[in-house]
Amino acid sequence: MSSPTKQAKTRWDLGGGDLDRLLEEAKASRGESLWNDSWRRLKRNRPALWSLYFLAAFALISVLAPLLPLRSPVVVNTSLGAQSPAFAWGDGQYLEDVPLEEEITDRHLQDTYWDLSFMDKALVHLRVGIFGRWQTGHWLGTDHLGRDLLSRLVWGSRTSILVALAAALCSLLIGVIYGAFSGLAGGRIDNLMMRIVDVLYSIPFIFVVIFLITLISDNRALLEDKLGLDREKVFYLVIGAIYWLTMARVVRGQVLSLKNSEFIEASRVMGASTTRILFQHIVPNVLSIVVVYLTLTIPSVMLFEAFLSFLGLGIEPPKVSWGTVAADAATAINPLRIFWWMIVFLSLAMGSALLALNILGDGLRDALDPRMRGKD
Amino acid sequence: MTRFLLRRLLWFVITMFVVMSVSFVLMRSVPGGPFDQDRNVEPAIELNLKRKYHLDWPMWKQFLHYVGPLNLDERGMFGEGDRKGEKTFGGVLSGDFGPSFRYRDFTVNDIIGQSLPISALLGVIAMMWALSLGISTGIASALRRGTGLDLAMRLAATGGIALPNFVIAGFLIICFVFLIPLFPVAGWGSIRTMILPGFCLGLVFAAYISRLTRTGMLEALSQEHIRTAHAKGLSPRTVVMRHALKGGLLPVVSYLGPATAGILTGSLVIERIFFIPGTGSHFVNSANNRDYTLAMGVTILYTVLVYSLNLVVDLIYTLLDPRIALEDE
Repeated sequence: MSSPTKQAKTRWDLGGGDLDRLLEEAKASRGESLWNDSWRRLKRNRPALWSLYFLAAFALISVLAPLLPLRSPVVVNTSLGAQSPAFAWGDGQYLEDVPLEEEITDRHLQDTYWDLSFMDKALVHLRVGIFGRWQTGHWLGTDHLGRDLLSRLVWGSRTSILVALAAALCSLLIGVIYGAFSGLAGGRIDNLMMRIVDVLYSIPFIFVVIFLITLISDNRALLEDKLGLDREKVFYLVIGAIYWLTMARVVRGQVLSLKNSEFIEASRVMGASTTRILFQHIVPNVLSIVVVYLTLTIPSVMLFEAFLSFLGLGIEPPKVSWGTVAADAATAINPLRIFWWMIVFLSLAMGSALLALNILGDGLRDALDPRMRGKD
Repeated sequence: MTRFLLRRLLWFVITMFVVMSVSFVLMRSVPGGPFDQDRNVEPAIELNLKRKYHLDWPMWKQFLHYVGPLNLDERGMFGEGDRKGEKTFGGVLSGDFGPSFRYRDFTVNDIIGQSLPISALLGVIAMMWALSLGISTGIASALRRGTGLDLAMRLAATGGIALPNFVIAGFLIICFVFLIPLFPVAGWGSIRTMILPGFCLGLVFAAYISRLTRTGMLEALSQEHIRTAHAKGLSPRTVVMRHALKGGLLPVVSYLGPATAGILTGSLVIERIFFIPGTGSHFVNSANNRDYTLAMGVTILYTVLVYSLNLVVDLIYTLLDPRIALEDE
């Protein structure tokens, strides 16, 4: 019977001066927020950090595509044909149909690109202001129709990124709302909602999507007049409508486990209001996992967009996307002349972007996963 | 077990009903219908065509007719026409997908019957590539963990996941068809024509399987019974092949279901690149041609395929891992 008393005694002994010291220490150390902690962890993950920088640069280039002195991604020059990559500094032929003294009008831009948005038009005018008529040479070669590959890849990345972001946001919106509602409601409603997700999961969606897109392109005029939806917007919606399933499951699981976790109960006991619990505890914890899944959804959406565009069901010419560039490269494959540059540079661009997104996603998961906290 | 199967069957019926009714309603709500592209058709002929395909019926009747097995033809119910010697349309439930709207002389069943064996063979070859490549590289990189070999294989796997199969296919065609003429560029028939498309189709899944095998093997190798096996003095080969592999491959088995669905999807692109007359290329063509019955038939067929293969995979999984009970789902 001696040991418990002895233990108690030592503890008390420790308590005398040491307890105060411990309390001091506890006061001095500050709690770190989830985001600071994760950012610190991410910074230590070199590949993920490089991927982040790479993607930032990448995004910057594609956003600023109209500002860069690139050739037109659209204008066909059949007499030029497929040129292999060559380093020629460039020339002053940009918009050569427009006489020097004439203003560049929307009509010219329509021919050189497609229906550009207001921002892009402004950027093109700015480009002419900065670079004049100078444009790059065919640094990455041209495709079989004589269109500049560098320009097509840069402009194509724009479409791909836009589609990926829009579809990912769409999936985010539906998935988070659906999953959070299901998780918070619980019980029978939760069960039913998740069974619906299960049913949708077991449908081979690509086939349904292709089917849908076919139907939509048939009714395009009707949709455009009535709802203001063009094929691209429908495309975002349709892709988003598939990819929300995983998001909904993940969010629901997270909400469910958070709802019954001890720290939520503790804060409820301490008298926190429901709003405070929701926004202080549940939302940040769900957000972390949502961010992770978003970074993993974006590459798969980009692949899916390329897949559909490759089949001729996605982005339509004259607009460029990586999928249409790939489709051109595939049709240009022939035994007489090998246009290796068409496929090599595309796969370099696509592979590096998707690889970086995957690495960043994995890194974020490691950084944000609460179970990994304090384990490194 | 029976309860599990029954529940799965129930969900299967619900899923099929959803797929069929949604795609049917969408298909028939297109104004103009499938004969819009023939501009020169006279109204009388168009009317006849519509009557032939029952497009003049109200929607619910068309749906019942499509789903079957009730036959609502004027030729009589329940296959009365069959007795008279003329082929009547029996509906999806009796395995009849109806006539193709584009290829007038063919039924959807004819087209699927011709093309499905080709696609199935392609899929099997792709799966064989995926499994053999994936499992062997996965085991190798688990056993040589942390070495250059491991790193190289993991990088290759990540690249395989990140690049779409049509880009990889383009690369391989340039390399192994034109630069080193090992394989013919396209077509279908001999073994030589099948290797490259199967490889391109299977590569992405090989990458995933390699990753899964690596993690599974690492976990399996760190377990106590492996240490016991080593301590007993078994040869390293026996330990890996007989003891670790069994546990290490479990994640791969559960991935086979999604992989099958993925191979079906990937075949759309691969069949198009290599000009293989499989179901996938027919499906893409039917989508571009507005051949609704063919598109819908393939969609339904593939839904059934994916669903039943998933079920088989789940059953195999429980046989391999007795810790998982089916009722728990």
